[in-house]
Amino acid sequence: MTYLHSIGEYFLMLKGVFGRMTKGSVLKNLIFKEINELIMGSLGIVSFLSFFIGAVIAIQTALNLNNPLIPKSLVAFAARQSIILEFAPTFISIIMAGKVGSFITSSIGSMRVTEQIDALEVMGINSKNYLIFPKIIAMLTYPCVIAISMFLGIAGAYCAAVFGGFVTSDQFLTGLQDDFDGFHLTYAFIKTFLFSFILATVPSYHGYYMKGGALEVGEASTTSFVWTSVVLIVTNYLVTQLLLS
Amino acid sequence: MIQVKDLHKGFNEQEVLKGINYTFEKGKTNLIIGQSGSGKSVFLKCMLGLFKADKGTIEYDGKPYSTFSDEEQRELRTEMGMLFQGGALFDSMTVEENVMFPLTMFTRQRKGEMLKRVHEVLERVNLEGTGNKMPSEISGGMQKRVAIARAIVNKPKYLFCDEPNSGLDPQTATVIDNLIMELTHENDITTVLITHDMNSVLEIGERIAFLKEGVLAWKGTKDEIFNTEDEAVTDFVYSSNLFQKVRKAQQQGM
Repeated sequence: MTYLHSIGEYFLMLKGVFGRMTKGSVLKNLIFKEINELIMGSLGIVSFLSFFIGAVIAIQTALNLNNPLIPKSLVAFAARQSIILEFAPTFISIIMAGKVGSFITSSIGSMRVTEQIDALEVMGINSKNYLIFPKIIAMLTYPCVIAISMFLGIAGAYCAAVFGGFVTSDQFLTGLQDDFDGFHLTYAFIKTFLFSFILATVPSYHGYYMKGGALEVGEASTTSFVWTSVVLIVTNYLVTQLLLS
Repeated sequence: MIQVKDLHKGFNEQEVLKGINYTFEKGKTNLIIGQSGSGKSVFLKCMLGLFKADKGTIEYDGKPYSTFSDEEQRELRTEMGMLFQGGALFDSMTVEENVMFPLTMFTRQRKGEMLKRVHEVLERVNLEGTGNKMPSEISGGMQKRVAIARAIVNKPKYLFCDEPNSGLDPQTATVIDNLIMELTHENDITTVLITHDMNSVLEIGERIAFLKEGVLAWKGTKDEIFNTEDEAVTDFVYSSNLFQKVRKAQQQGM
């Protein structure tokens, strides 16, 4: 029953988010602020992780290719497929659930604890729209982060595979282009758009409806990370089932 | 003026407010006092529209809140100023931005005009020169004064204060009390103030409502509270050493 109540509350929150809109000029500033905090602030860690995980994928694949009948170009093929299909959209989103999600939950939760949300409501402002809508719009730029992650992941794989002496540059580039299906990119970005909505709204829900004090803000952030990850993984399964099977 | 008629509010079958009738007068500081759990905050939140009453009406200048359209409700809220217990300043904004916030949201004034009004109000609460500071960089008393400035910047008709003195030293608390009373008189505002602070009752209690277990147990002025024989009020009020001393002094004719 608690879960059903929470799911109902989440959808009612979404209804409120798209209800009475905040003044346009204010909203514009809030969206740019959120892009800066949520997206630009995540580029560093996403770039770092993508490059090195891409490199590890290439090394692991190369080390497991013992059969001389399997072409070395498979290293690039495997790295490309795993990075585009799963690593960049899903793995990075789970990392973002920890970084951005916790930030969203704790910032909204702190506002709840310190009565700042009540202050907005008393002033006649739709607090759900004021706080959550700019985050949803800002997260629409999240696919750019995933595109960067894909690029750097493959770059990392190239560096590790070529400079590590596992394959030649030509072999890697051949494998990278081998049997490429453009729909895989479409699939990855459809997933990413859905994930961006989840990353903005599920943590916001946990922050907005939290009760208690500072300790509960911490608990809400942890719960938020767990539930955002669960929703991401389930959505990932459903979208994969619908689009690829 | 705010008129409350037969107000009931409960949570999970527990009735918190049990039929309150009271009138908060314009241009006066109307205090609500009572023990913790007596329903003061619920009462205030009902008046602010944060809680919906189960029964009864709240009239703002003669018009029941329940008959307000959505647009009228929004308009009414722009006429309300609220001072929260902890100040509730937006910690991502500077003092100036905090005070300017209601103007940014609800008026079409140019930035220059808004800034002029912000500086006027900051000057009124004796906080000139703090506009560029963040709330975390100023003291608790100053935060309360910024919150007062934010509450009055839009020239509200109603000012609500939830324990404005909590966490402040007596000297700063007196400054805040006096400021609230001066602003109430200057701008002819209907001020509703919840407090536990007996010093505030002595300083600014022009009209006092005493709540006990969700019922309006007593009402009167700061002068009348000394002479009341009502046991519930005397038990509460004379638990304060300050009141005991003041009464003793009165009895001795000092």
